[in-house]
Amino acid sequence: MTTHYLVLSALLFAIGAVGVLIRRNAIVVFMCVELMLNACNLAFVTFARQHGNLDGQLIAFFVMVVAAAEVVVGLAIIVMIFRTRRSASVDDANLLKY
Amino acid sequence: MTDAPSYLSPTGQEIVFLLLGAVAVGAALLVVTTRQLVHAALWLVVTFGALAGCYLVLTAEFVAWVQVLIYVGAIVVLLLFGIMLTRAPIGRSADLDSGNRPAAALVALATAAVLVTVVVDGFRTAYAPLRAGGGSAGEIGSSVFRNWVLPFEALSVLLLAALIGAIVLSRTDIRGRG
Repeated sequence: MTTHYLVLSALLFAIGAVGVLIRRNAIVVFMCVELMLNACNLAFVTFARQHGNLDGQLIAFFVMVVAAAEVVVGLAIIVMIFRTRRSASVDDANLLKY
Repeated sequence: MTDAPSYLSPTGQEIVFLLLGAVAVGAALLVVTTRQLVHAALWLVVTFGALAGCYLVLTAEFVAWVQVLIYVGAIVVLLLFGIMLTRAPIGRSADLDSGNRPAAALVALATAAVLVTVVVDGFRTAYAPLRAGGGSAGEIGSSVFRNWVLPFEALSVLLLAALIGAIVLSRTDIRGRG
């Protein structure tokens, strides 16, 4: 039973990884990162269920909070890049300076 | 590890899990492949909802509701705001994908193959019978404030730092010395 959840988690992680690699818009890349974080959360909750303690659920909860903080800062950065470059594409933001 | 799972007569939990898992994988595939940005965000809602259902089946009630609150309620709304603020094309757009599609497919296949093989091989006999009431808010709360106080406090500082960082980044009249 728990193997099914882990397989689902692995599939979602792979889908998120392919999204990060092929998408061009920075916000969609963000969505795919969230997908990968969710896959990890599912694995954590599954292991918590399997071992019968709550630590995995707590780590999933912490991951969600960190993901929320990451989205806030990341979106601020994306909006700022859009202000200076008029584009939200990751291909246009290929320089660290200028 | 009480009794082995039988694949011929699935229980209710397994049927619910299969439905939720199919919905989650299908919606995730649509997030990655859809040609419209706003639709990608909305399919992400479906994926997160199906995952919240999975958490409920795994008796992690608190995590499921936090998932609905934070991901569906906050993060997707923030992402939609980001799509609107960057004036992304609302309709279909052709140039959403970059050119490294074969490499991405290769990486994804390799990742999925390795992970699924390892997981299936490592946890073939792991079988946890589900009991009700594992992850209610009361138990999670007592575990947080008994065993996880320091990470919890560190997280609050992290949230404050993220808040200040977002304000500093988005205000144009605050400039660093760089």
